[in-house]
Amino acid sequence: MTVEKKRVSVTANGQACSAEVEPRKLLVHYLRDDLGLTGTHVGCDTSQCGACSVMVDGDVVKSCTMLAVQADHSEITTVEGLGTAAELHPMQQSFWEEHGLQCGYCTPGVMIAAIGLLKENPNPTEEEIREGLEGVICRCTGYQFIVSAVQKAATRIQETGVNLNSQRLVGEGTQND
Amino acid sequence: MIPVTFDYVRAKNVDQAIQQLKDSKGEGKILAGGHSLLPLMKMRLTEPQMLIDITGIDALKEVKKDGDRLIVGALNTHREVSIHPEIKEHIPLVAETARQIGDIQIRNKGTIGGNIAHADSAADLPAAAFVLNAEVLITNEFGEQSMDIDSFIIGPLITMMPEDSIVTGISFEIPPAHTESTYLKYFHPASGYPVVGVAVVAGTDSNGVIDYVRVGITGAGDVAFRATSVEEALIGKTPSEAVIKAASKSAAEDGEMGSDLFASEEYRENLCKVYTERALTSVLL
Repeated sequence: MTVEKKRVSVTANGQACSAEVEPRKLLVHYLRDDLGLTGTHVGCDTSQCGACSVMVDGDVVKSCTMLAVQADHSEITTVEGLGTAAELHPMQQSFWEEHGLQCGYCTPGVMIAAIGLLKENPNPTEEEIREGLEGVICRCTGYQFIVSAVQKAATRIQETGVNLNSQRLVGEGTQND
Repeated sequence: MIPVTFDYVRAKNVDQAIQQLKDSKGEGKILAGGHSLLPLMKMRLTEPQMLIDITGIDALKEVKKDGDRLIVGALNTHREVSIHPEIKEHIPLVAETARQIGDIQIRNKGTIGGNIAHADSAADLPAAAFVLNAEVLITNEFGEQSMDIDSFIIGPLITMMPEDSIVTGISFEIPPAHTESTYLKYFHPASGYPVVGVAVVAGTDSNGVIDYVRVGITGAGDVAFRATSVEEALIGKTPSEAVIKAASKSAAEDGEMGSDLFASEEYRENLCKVYTERALTSVLL
């Protein structure tokens, strides 16, 4: 069976992007292979681990369990939209300082999930952070350092007033990363 | 994992979706949140030729009161159900259950209609649906109809859904104002699915006697069930630890227990009793 490809247009990290894809293409593959946003990883590929978490129209979702065609005309934020190497997002800075990652494979999804959490609850308790990260799995850290990183990020975001609803969350105008 | 090739269309309204289903000659599937369907398609356990995306149909997001019932539009996500003011006010059990489904990412996409239509034997919602005498609202070319939840779900992933129909909403009975409710589950540590999930709505009259009690259990076997033996043992009694413990002993009697590598039949039976006791205790004591 051959089917017509569909044009999928999104705003990814503040930039308009478009590609023609088969309806069966998963959002994560569209992001990685068509848009070149390889920061989002495929982990378990079965909606369990959350490594592929991205924000679609402000909601954190698992991009391995969504078709690219479902995301047509949506606004997407991936880890590339958080910050730049020169200007890290407070979440990235906190993960670095608190050693919130080891191998780093799950980290893009964990940070996106953590931002989703802080958008709803800017000042979460440790328990609320652990609950808020129930949809992501890290096999290295034992979560303790991730929780510390998110706590630090929450404080830092409140202090600096970074807008978590903006699509490209920091690094506006510094596109040459 | 990539599904087999299929075509994809969006439906603007319910009538169009039904027409698209008819045109697909049995090969089409309705796509809402996709969190039950897409995993099956990725594992190639199902291979529809056409997906009909209904997420653009705003009418299916409505929540409205209809006499002593609250109708929740099929397209409300678990997250939306868990925070919706009217759902929290009238049928808090449903909001509390939705809050416990999967994880945040899954609750952001999965829908109440999709969850019920998929009829997973380990889904959370059926416990609440059985307890609140839910009716599944279905539309096809011949019009609308409603089906009791226990006649709708007839087996694991098997429903009485007529051909070329779509689930437009779930109607829940609003329990009496003096009752309280809860949903407690023992979940599989990896999947988060309930090995046993128990929903309870109960209340006492002005004399402190139990005048309303419903117990629903999901996850334990192929289909959810009402633990009517527990209900009968409690009605007319004054709640106490001993009364609840005695009644909870029959929690597994009205359903068939499943068995797998993780949890044997005997273990599930015991979980039914323990979780029924805990749920009743939290509501009645």
